[in-house]
Formats: sequence, C-alpha cells, structure tokens
Amino acid sequence: IEVAVREAINQGLDEEMGRDERVFLMGEEVAQYQGAYKVTKGLYQKYGEQRVIDTPITEMGFTGLATGAAYKDLRPVVEFMTFNFSLQAIDQILNSAAKQLYMSAGDCPVPVVFRGPNGAASGVGAQHSQCFAAWYSSVPALKVVSPWSSEDAKGLIKSAIRDPNPVVFLENELLYGVAFPMTDEAQGEDFVIPIGKAKVEQEGTDVSIVTFSKMVGTSLEAAEMLAAQGISAEVINLRTLRPLDYGTVIKSVQKTNRLVTVEEGWPQNGIGADISAVVCEEAFDHLDAPIERVTGADVPMPYALNLERMALPSKEDIVSAVLRTTYRSK
Amino acid sequence: EKQITVPFTKDIDTHNLPVSLPTEATTNREELMSYFKLMYTMRRMEITCDTEYKDSWITSYRCHCTALARGGTVESVFAELFGFKEGVSRGKGGSMHMYNKEHSFFGGQGIVGAQVPVGTGLAFASKYSAPAGEDTPVALAMYGDGAANQGQIWEAANMASLWKLPMIYCIENNQYGMGTSKERSSSNSTYYTMGNHIPGFKLDGMNVLMIREGFAFAKDWCSKGNGPIYIEVDTYRYHGHSMSDPGTTYRNRDEIASMRTARDPIEFVKNLLVDNGLAEAQELKDIEKDIRKEVQEALKKAKGGTQPPDEELYSNIWVAGEKYETPVTPGYIRMPDRSKSIGNIMSDVVV
Repeated sequence: IEVAVREAINQGLDEEMGRDERVFLMGEEVAQYQGAYKVTKGLYQKYGEQRVIDTPITEMGFTGLATGAAYKDLRPVVEFMTFNFSLQAIDQILNSAAKQLYMSAGDCPVPVVFRGPNGAASGVGAQHSQCFAAWYSSVPALKVVSPWSSEDAKGLIKSAIRDPNPVVFLENELLYGVAFPMTDEAQGEDFVIPIGKAKVEQEGTDVSIVTFSKMVGTSLEAAEMLAAQGISAEVINLRTLRPLDYGTVIKSVQKTNRLVTVEEGWPQNGIGADISAVVCEEAFDHLDAPIERVTGADVPMPYALNLERMALPSKEDIVSAVLRTTYRSK
Repeated sequence: EKQITVPFTKDIDTHNLPVSLPTEATTNREELMSYFKLMYTMRRMEITCDTEYKDSWITSYRCHCTALARGGTVESVFAELFGFKEGVSRGKGGSMHMYNKEHSFFGGQGIVGAQVPVGTGLAFASKYSAPAGEDTPVALAMYGDGAANQGQIWEAANMASLWKLPMIYCIENNQYGMGTSKERSSSNSTYYTMGNHIPGFKLDGMNVLMIREGFAFAKDWCSKGNGPIYIEVDTYRYHGHSMSDPGTTYRNRDEIASMRTARDPIEFVKNLLVDNGLAEAQELKDIEKDIRKEVQEALKKAKGGTQPPDEELYSNIWVAGEKYETPVTPGYIRMPDRSKSIGNIMSDVVV
C-alpha cells in the first residue's frame, strides 16, 4: 500500500494524541482550516478545540507559550506554517527550550516538538524558500530530525513526540503529496524509528552519497543514472541531523573511499561542510579523492522558474560531482 | 493575637477593572515579622552578592530572591554565583538561571522579555490540566519596565486574553531599564494599561501589604476564569543594573537617597511593627544583626563549596523516560581538542 507523506505524519500525530492526553497541537490554521498543508486534517474534529489550537500569527508568542507548557509536563507539538517563520521564534527555541534542561542541571525538561515544512518550496521567492537544517542542527541539546519517505515521517514524528527533549522536525512541502510504499508494520501504532540513526537507502561500493529529506529521492535518481554508467553508489538517508549518525557515514566512506554530500541548503557552514570536516578528521586515510559537496547555490532563492531551478541541486549536479570524485571527469 | 488595620495612603489605580480593590489591609505581628525577616534577608543577600561580584563573577539577573522564596537557601544562591556544585543549579546556571520545578519556579530567563510567553505557557498548562469547574492555579510572569515594550509580551497577552488563561503579568517598574529611564523608553509609561482591553492595576511596590492584597485579588480574579491581568508594581532599584553599572550616571544620588528615606519597603514594615506596639525597636535591631550574621555565615559556607566535577560539563544534555528519569549523554561530544572528545564518534547515539 502507498501512503503520502502528509497522511503518514497525520497518522503519527493522530496515534500519539490518542496515546497520550498531554499531547496537543498548536499553530496557525492547524484546527478549523485543517492545516495550511492539511497535515493536521481531521484532528480538530477528533480531538476538539482543547487539543488542536489555532493561534494568532505571532510565532514568538506561541513558541514561547508552548515551551512554557512543556516546562509543566505537557507535550506540545507546534506547527510552523513553514520553518521560514520560525526565525521570528528562534530565540524561544534556542534559549528557552533547548538550553533549559542543561541550565537547570536537569530540573526542568522540555518535551516539545517544533514541526513544519522546511527547505525549498516552489515559486515562492527568497523569504519562503530556504533550508534551516544547518541552523538548528548546530545547537547542542536540541534534536533535529528530517524525514524523507512516509515511513520516515511517521516513525520519526512518533519518536519526536515521545521524546522528552525539544525536537525540531523538518518536513518538506514538496514531499507532502508524494506517495511511498508503507509496510503493514509501519502502519501499526507501535511503529517508531529511533532518532539518531541514519538509514542506508541503497548499498553501493564506489561512492557514498550522504543526504537527507527531499534530496534523498534526487540522490537515488542520480544513483540510477550512475548505475547505467557502471558506478555503484551507496545512498545514505541521514534522517536525524542531531545527534548526527557520523558512524554510519564513516563506515560507508571506509568502504567506498569516496564521499559526496547533497543538501538544498547553502554551502557555507552547511551539513555537507560539517560532514566533510568530520570525515577528513576521522577517515582521511580512507579517502581516495577530494570530497564533493552538492548544495544550494550561494544566493537568496530567486523567483523565476529557470533561476530557481539553477539554484537547487539536481540529479545531474549529483552525477557530475560523483563523476569528479570517481575521476571519470574533471 | 493583636490584629492591626493599615489603610493605604493612596487608592490603587485601576484600568478596565469593573470592581474596586482593597483600600486597607489587616495584619499582625507574626505576619509582619515574617515579611521583615525575609525582606531583610533578601536585601542582605543581594548586597552581599553585589560585594562578591566585584571580585570575580558575572552580570546579574533578578532571580536570586525568587529562588530564595521558592525553596532555595541563601547559601545555595551564593554557591550558584560561585559556580559551585552546591549551587541552586549545580553551578551550571549561574546568577541568571535558578530553578525549582518542585516548587513551581521555572527560572531566571536571561533574555529580556522571553519569560513572558513562556510564563503564559505555564498558565496554559494550568488551565489544560485543571479539572473543569474548579479554580485554576495561576501563573505569574515578572518583567521590568525595560522589557515592557517587547513585542512578544503583547503576543502572549493576546493569547492569554483570547483563551482566558489564568495569567498575571507583573511589571516591576523600577523606573530604569538599565540606564534608560521609562520616559526615554516608553511612549506609554502607565504600564498597567498596556494590556489595552486587559484589566490592570498599579500597586505601591514598597508596601508589602498592598502587594499582598493586590496579588490575592489578582490570583482570585485569574483563577476564576476571568483571563489575564496586568499589575504594575511601582518600585525602585537602589543599586546599579549589574556589576558593570555604578547606577549613578543616569540619575543623581539625591534621588536614590530620597527613595531610601521616604519609601523604603523594609523601614515601612519596621515602622508598622514599632508604631503599633507589635515589636520593640531593639528587637528588630537584634534580628537584623542576626540576619546579617546568618548571611555572612552562608557566604562563608558557600565559599567552601567545590567546583562541579568535569562530568557535569556533558550531563543534562538530554533525558529519557516517561518521568525523565534517565539522563542521556550524546554518544559523542566534541571538545576543543578533538583528541579529548567525549565518547566515540562511531557509537550509536540512539535513545
């Protein structure tokens, strides 16, 4: 059976709300409108206005409010209509949620989830189209998750809600409508995916492609093109960006001796920059070629379709990086 | 025991509040003595902190007295300032970050104004968890006149009013946000009206009895489902904003001195005790002497504390378990010198 990512997240939210009365949803248009992207469809009807709450358009206010509710042991799930708007609230996420447990020497845990679409959307221009993975995953004491498939989305949102720590959950708007196969097990209420563990989506021997979210799909397409040229690519879906599963990446590089990172975000201080640094430190002797990073272009996101296409990584970009690192091209 | 009734010299100013507030308070020796002792202890503790700061420690934020009132000890506050493991937050919070969740004290927030939405979340949780029909416990967020124009305060108050949250917004108006007077920072400096349609009132922050009456009213008002309330507390800060502020460049010494003589909150309680024959002046002097000594002893004991062990650096990053019972350390924590990093980068970090 195939399930769209949107329904998979919805299933996860529904099951966790059914399982624990302390879980509630809040955000802009999550209740009566059923979610700007319909991720929360039907939940207001099922759980009522006490537990599915439309907020005013005041991100800093409701993010702080949810954080305070978590101080008192509720389990808020905050939807940002998109993560672009989370910048209004980033102080509350970093300073009030992430650091509280540490500053209080364990006295005050903060079991809150911040979720919503992240990364490039389509045709919405610079302010509504960017990836915050590198921003949030640089913060100690947060957990940062970014699913690709429907199984990822459901299993990880359930883990995020059950996790007694603040979790930033980065979805992707363009994946919401994409259907993925889901096993019977994944459709069950007990299905969870551990936070902090990457998944090898496809095994390979010649090069490791390390990526997350929508770019997993693009990387798998690139891997198919590479296979046609006789190159066997291993594709790693990070799933979690903090704590990042460096072990799986390093083991893969030890096997393939070549690394390409892929992300939609900007190159400077990006996820790929971090992974490159760590692999140089931990597995330099295993590298047979310089690491290649495929990233979003180092510019604000343009509006025009042709320019937007140029600003984002394509499967051709990935193929080209792989060909360089395998010395098939310059 | 002898009860005395103390009329307030001035009526409480109100805003959009359809009821009248108390014009007097009744009290007795036992109560006044407990106020006197706690207030005097707080003052001695703060003055002592101040002195100690000059030697070595960090900037201030105003959670010391709340920590004391909510189950802490003078010694544990001092120890926190020294960064010792005997401190309120085991030396990991510092002056600005003290907590006592068991006593519903959620901290010293270091970011000006950020505590207000978070405090509103505490009120949200109170209402969410309260059985229908019962009075709801209230939440109190305190902030200064300097914070009062932060946009996030209105964001939170708007939701508190929309959703009838049991929330008290308390503006401690000490006339200066750091070095900027309220006239230079606030186009509206009648802070108790800043909730717009949200009712509010203004209390004399130097009169502990008026504070008690005002907050008793507010607690009752909010817990009965009337929504939030704004309380402005008119007060004063004798000392500088922090260790880097001598407190005399933006106001003159006469202003400070006249506050001390005319409005000192502790003198007010002492006078009530003496003028009503509830205590002898000498008895109060003796108590002051004892408290000074106790604070000095607490300081001495706190100074004998120990620094947190190295492991504290990487504890309390995460927790696990339904009751937060299992501390979780990430599988790998990078240190400035990579070779001294904690854990193994290849290890599973799953929890």
